[in-house]
Amino acid sequence: MAVKDIPDNVFMTTLDAAANWSRANSLWPMPFATACCGIELMATASSRFDLSRFGAEVMRFSPRQCDLMIVAGRVVMKMLPVLQRIWLQMPEPKWCISMGACACTGGVFDTYAVVQGVDRFIPVDMYVPGCPPRPEQLIAGIIALQDKVIKTGTFNGREFAKRTVAMGPPPFDADELIRIREGNEQLPVLN
Amino acid sequence: MSHQELLQTRFPAAGLVFSDFRDNHRVQVPKERLVEVLTCLKTEGGFDMLVDITAVDYLEYEDADDRFGVVYVLLNTSTGERTIVKTFVNDPDPTLPSMYPLWKSADWTEREVYDMFGIKFEGHPDLRRILMPDEFTTFPLRKDYPLKGRGERHNFPVITRSES
Amino acid sequence: MPFQVSDLAELDAPEKEYLWTLNFGPQHPATHTTLRLVLTLDGERVVKAVPYIGYLHSGFEKLGEDLDFNQYVTIVDRMNYISPLANEIAWHHAVEKLLDIELTPRCKYIRTILAEIMRIQDHLLNVGTCALDLGGFTAFLYFFTLREQIYDIVESASGQRFHTSYTRVGGVMFDVDNAWVDKIRAFCKGFRPVHEEVHKLLTRNRIFIERVQGVGFLSKEDAINKGVTGPLARASGVLRDIRKDEPYLAYPDFDFKVVAAKSGDCYGRYLVRMAEMMESLKIIEQAMENIPAGPINVDPETKAVIPAKPAVYRSIEGLIQHFEVIMPNRQAGSPREEIYAATESPNGELGFYIAGDGSWKAYRARCRPPSYIHFATFPDMIKDHQLSDVVAVLGSINIIAAELDR
Repeated sequence: MAVKDIPDNVFMTTLDAAANWSRANSLWPMPFATACCGIELMATASSRFDLSRFGAEVMRFSPRQCDLMIVAGRVVMKMLPVLQRIWLQMPEPKWCISMGACACTGGVFDTYAVVQGVDRFIPVDMYVPGCPPRPEQLIAGIIALQDKVIKTGTFNGREFAKRTVAMGPPPFDADELIRIREGNEQLPVLN
Repeated sequence: MSHQELLQTRFPAAGLVFSDFRDNHRVQVPKERLVEVLTCLKTEGGFDMLVDITAVDYLEYEDADDRFGVVYVLLNTSTGERTIVKTFVNDPDPTLPSMYPLWKSADWTEREVYDMFGIKFEGHPDLRRILMPDEFTTFPLRKDYPLKGRGERHNFPVITRSES
Repeated sequence: MPFQVSDLAELDAPEKEYLWTLNFGPQHPATHTTLRLVLTLDGERVVKAVPYIGYLHSGFEKLGEDLDFNQYVTIVDRMNYISPLANEIAWHHAVEKLLDIELTPRCKYIRTILAEIMRIQDHLLNVGTCALDLGGFTAFLYFFTLREQIYDIVESASGQRFHTSYTRVGGVMFDVDNAWVDKIRAFCKGFRPVHEEVHKLLTRNRIFIERVQGVGFLSKEDAINKGVTGPLARASGVLRDIRKDEPYLAYPDFDFKVVAAKSGDCYGRYLVRMAEMMESLKIIEQAMENIPAGPINVDPETKAVIPAKPAVYRSIEGLIQHFEVIMPNRQAGSPREEIYAATESPNGELGFYIAGDGSWKAYRARCRPPSYIHFATFPDMIKDHQLSDVVAVLGSINIIAAELDR
């Protein structure tokens, strides 16, 4: 049955496009702010830069209310299980921005305690480089993520089910493995 | 009376070594006399604030005789006088008496020294790891521990997109 | 990680079964960054608080043994990230004391001005977030506008708005220009009205006062015995300020007061911080009037200072000097001595204990972090208060997790 006489204020679209449009423009960030980048995240949300212009200002500190995790700052050994648990607590659909050099790669902290990039252990959708990134750069990252959601998102999150492999680099450095083998060192097991 | 004269009169034959560098006044104390010297400095010298406790691992230091040096930075808040008391401990099982009964600020600083160097403080009420995870087995600021660790930082489960 | 059984041993009596255990953090908005508290509650009253830290331990001190004196400044920047330049100044103050370098007057003035701007920056964020946690969003936004102006000032001096890495051994990276001076003048002019405004918003605001007055008491004896320094100690009546007691940089030239309070509670700390900002502003205004002319770096003959970039590119002497400082096999040495040097950072006494082993690196670079010492006093401060006071006390003692854990 063909639809006749549609009024001017009714739009026809696909369900995917409608869902993506509304999701992209009302991202609720979960600020996983551990270090310096957290202060820039605060600067992004407050007076001069005003993140609410881009529809992503509703910071909620409970992971169950959010759909965008912003990992701002370095994540260390003791904190990584917390990060993974918070990521698992967030409802689908969800995205993750890795903000700053430390969250992306470990940055200047190539030490025993710092995880060398959170993308080794949780999925990351957008990387914002900088130490720390300027607020403009974070806003650009959020706009790029909105673009990605609109272009690739689906109503029921089918695109996530396909990604069964970890997207980041492997959790072991090649040279580190070689060193461990040569030195006959055993990897300690942490629970 | 400065603290150097005080200590010289109190402990004439205790083997204290005094030295000055820039504006730092330092006293080197044998481990056995540490409690007496610090108690004397607190009660008679008026050093009412223990600013910091730290340690240095002398494993790779040229011509060093002892393994660990433990440093106590003291401050007299009424006169502004500072002194730095240093003592040495050695492997195996480096142990020192705790300064917690004298200064409450020793609580966390001693825990940190224990966490980072493995120096035990006898008499500390709650000596356990503070910065590193409890499962950690080594002491990271010792010189024989590599800067990049031994792979502990990579040893976590990976969560992929479809699992989460 | 489950909390230790020993923490609750004394509370484990059968008649105390009604006690609740509440986990607070490590991811919680009021902790600002990453702290964890395990609170034992009797109704809403806190019976016991056990802090767990180390959720941001990144090995700063180990890195200090790996990087040389100039490189390590990028790391100390990230230690107390709400006043980065104060850390740089403290680090290079200690290094210059070890190497026995006397700065030029112009460099001293520039560093003093920046140190005081950092003090204002720290207190702005601290007062703002303290008000934010207690329900006042306006003060936070007002103060963040001022912080943006401060970012502009440090950006025009160093080129980076946040982690500046501005100081070098024996000087600073770039000289400042007139635009920088004008920016600071404009900031000083705009600062007073906003400061006044926030005073009106908070100081006599009944809701704010009821949340902070009499909360988190710290007595003078306790403050000294527990090693508390900075605004926290001054709010408890400890009249001590390293700027006055052991003058460094250009502080002897200026007329300023040490602010202290007697009350020792969160309200006292708030008032001390508000008044300290005005004293810092006074120092900045005095310093702006007579910044000495002359070089910003010490004499290049000392083989310690990095030459200016134009000299490196255009003259053979500059290039050689650059090599002497940068190349590991050509670098000057440090004395085989150990030194402790402290500065008054916004948060308290920030000291560095450096052991030199004759090379251009520290054999051991220990930082004495004020946050670490202050947070140890927290369990006693919060005892027998309400659960909602945890936020007020945490806000008033200004814990910076990166400095806490390093």
